[in-house]
Amino acid sequence: MFKNYIQAAVVALLTFGSSMLFASEGLDEAVNAIFASSTGWFVSLIFAPIPGTSFPWIVLWLVVGASVFTLYFGFVQFRSIGHSISLVKGDYSNPNDAGEVSHFQALTTALSGTVGLGNIAGVAVAIGIGGPGAIFWMILAGLLGMASKFTECTLAVKYRNEYKDGSVSGGPMYYITKGFAERGIPGGKILAVLFAVFCILGALGGGNMFQANQAHAQLSGVFGDYPGWVTGLIFAGIVFAVIVGGIKSIANVTEKVVPFMAILYVGTAIIILAMNADKIGWAFGQIFEGAFTGLGVAGGMVGALIQGFKRAAFSNEAGVGSAAIAHSAVQTKEPITEGFVSLLEPFIDTVVICTMTALVIIITGQLMFDAQQGVYLLGDSGHIQTIGDTSGVALTSAAFGSAVGWFPYLLVIAVVLFAFSTMLSWSYYGLKAWTYLFGEGKNTELAFKLIFCVFVVIGAAANLGPVIDFSDAAIFAMAVVNIIGLYFLMPIVKRELTSYNARLKSGEIKKTK
Amino acid sequence: MTATYVVGVDGSDASHRALAFAKRQASLVGDDCSLLLVCVVEWSPYKFQTHEENARRTKQKQEEIKIATERVIEPLLQELKAEGIKAEGKVVHGKAAAVLNNAAVEANAEQIFVARSADHGLSARVFGSVTAQLVMSANVPVTVVS
Repeated sequence: MFKNYIQAAVVALLTFGSSMLFASEGLDEAVNAIFASSTGWFVSLIFAPIPGTSFPWIVLWLVVGASVFTLYFGFVQFRSIGHSISLVKGDYSNPNDAGEVSHFQALTTALSGTVGLGNIAGVAVAIGIGGPGAIFWMILAGLLGMASKFTECTLAVKYRNEYKDGSVSGGPMYYITKGFAERGIPGGKILAVLFAVFCILGALGGGNMFQANQAHAQLSGVFGDYPGWVTGLIFAGIVFAVIVGGIKSIANVTEKVVPFMAILYVGTAIIILAMNADKIGWAFGQIFEGAFTGLGVAGGMVGALIQGFKRAAFSNEAGVGSAAIAHSAVQTKEPITEGFVSLLEPFIDTVVICTMTALVIIITGQLMFDAQQGVYLLGDSGHIQTIGDTSGVALTSAAFGSAVGWFPYLLVIAVVLFAFSTMLSWSYYGLKAWTYLFGEGKNTELAFKLIFCVFVVIGAAANLGPVIDFSDAAIFAMAVVNIIGLYFLMPIVKRELTSYNARLKSGEIKKTK
Repeated sequence: MTATYVVGVDGSDASHRALAFAKRQASLVGDDCSLLLVCVVEWSPYKFQTHEENARRTKQKQEEIKIATERVIEPLLQELKAEGIKAEGKVVHGKAAAVLNNAAVEANAEQIFVARSADHGLSARVFGSVTAQLVMSANVPVTVVS
C-alpha cells in the first residue's frame, strides 16, 4: 500500500516536472498572477509601514516583543549565558537521562534550521542596502531576540504533547492552546490554528520554495544557466527519499555535514579577519558610525535600522515560533533549562556568524566608499555599489573569494547543503503544524509531504516574486500570532524562572559532573 | 565478605569468554560473590541528530533497552541462575568505558571484566580503544580477557 503511494508520488512529480519543461513560462505567469491578485493584500498588510514612516510595523512588532521579554525577564540573555553554556555541556544533565535528547542535540538540530542563507545572503543584502550600520542593528536585534527565543522554547517544552509511544510534539500551537486554557484566557484554539496555517504556508514558502530557488541560483552560477525544474526535480527527489521514503542516511549525512560546513565557514572568516587584523577596528568604526548616520545609504539611519532588524529576524527566527518546535524534543524535567539553551541560538546565528560575514564583506573592501565625502556610493537602484556589481550570496562569495581563492566553490556546496538542511527542518515544522490541524496519521502526513515535494519543484523552477513575498509574509505572520501568545503566557515563564533560580541558588539544583 | 564483579557484555563471543572467566573467578570466591552484567548501548549526547530522530528518541531508547535486555542480558542471567551464580543485569546508554566504570563505582564492585576490544582504525589509534580507555580511567582493577 505504502509502496503504491510512493510510486504514485514519483509519477506525479515526474508528470509535474515534464509539464514544467514544456510550459514553465506560462506556468510562472499564471502562478504569479494568481498569487499577486489573491495574496497581495496580505503581503501589503504584513509589510505595511507605520504611518508617516517607511518602517514596517512587523519589524517594530518583533523588536518591541524582544525588548519586552528582555526587560520582563531582567536581561536574562546576559545574566544566564554562562549557565546556558553549562547546560549545553551537560554539567546539569541527569546521568539516568543518557540516551535521551540532550540540550546540545536540541540546540544543534534547531540551529540546522536557522543557520543558512540568512547568514550568507541575508547579511549581504542588509549591508548592500543598509550599509555597515545595518550590522549594528542586526547584532542588537540578535541580542534582544535571545529573550524571545528563551520565552518560546521554555513554553514549548512545558506544554509539549508526550504520546504513549514515547514520541513528542511541541511548539506554539500546543503552548498557545494549553497555556491559554490553563490561564482561563479565551481564543487560544483560534490563535493556535492561525499559527499552524501560517506555519504551513511559511514552510512551503520561505522554508522550501525560497531555499530551492536560491540553491538553483547558486548551482546555475557554477554549471551555467539551465532550467530550474532540473534542480527542483533532483532536490524534490532527495527530499522525497528522506521525508517520504524514510531514507535516514541522507538526512543523517546532511545533519552531520552542515555543522562542519558552518564551522568551516566561520573558521575561514576568522582566518580572513586575522589576515586583516589591522582593519577590524576600522570595520567596527564603520558599523557604529553607519548605525547612527547611515553613511550615505538610502534612508540614512532608519534605512540601516530597518535592514538590520529585518534580516536578523529572517536569520534567527526569534519570535517566529519555528525553533520552539525543534527545541520541544529535549529530555528535561525543567522546561526553563531549554529556554536557557535556546537563547544561545540567536547569539550563534546572528551575533557570531552574521557578524563574521559582515566583517569579511566590509574588510575586503567590496563596498565602494567615497573617502573624501565619507559616504558609500549608491547605484541607480539605491543599493551601495560593489566591486563586480554583486549582491546577496554573490557579494559574500566575492568577499571571501578575494582573500581565499577557492572559497567560492566551497560556498556553493555550503549554500546548497544549508538550503537542503533548512528545507528538511521546515518540512518537519510544517508537518507538525499540519498534523496539529488534521491529526496524526500516515495518510495525513503523506499528503503534506507530497505537497512539500511538489513545492520544491515550483520554487526552483520559477522566479516567483509574489509567491516569495507571500512566503515571507507568512513567516512574519507566524510571529504576529506567536508573540501575542507569548505576551499572555510570559507570567508562566517568569514563575518557572523564579523557581528555578531560587533552587539553583539554594543548591537544590546542582551540577552532576 | 561479599564481592561484586562487573562484566561488560554485548552478546559477542569475546564477551562470553570474559563472562566465563568472571564466573570462574566468582566461583573461587564462593556464594558471597555476585556478578553485575552491564550491556552498553553506545550513545553520545553530542551526536548530531535530525528532527525526526529527536522526536522519537525516547521511543527509540526504550526499544534499544528492550532488545538488549531480551537478546543479551536475559539469556545470560538464566544461564547464570541455572549454574547457581547470583547475578543481575542492566542496559545503559553512554560511552562504554565511562558506563562500566560508573557501574562498578555505584555497585562498590571489586573488579571489572571485559573482553579485549575489537576497535580498530584511525579513531582507535588516535583516541585509544574502549578497553584501553577503561584500563586507563577505571577506579577499580580491570581484567581484560582476550
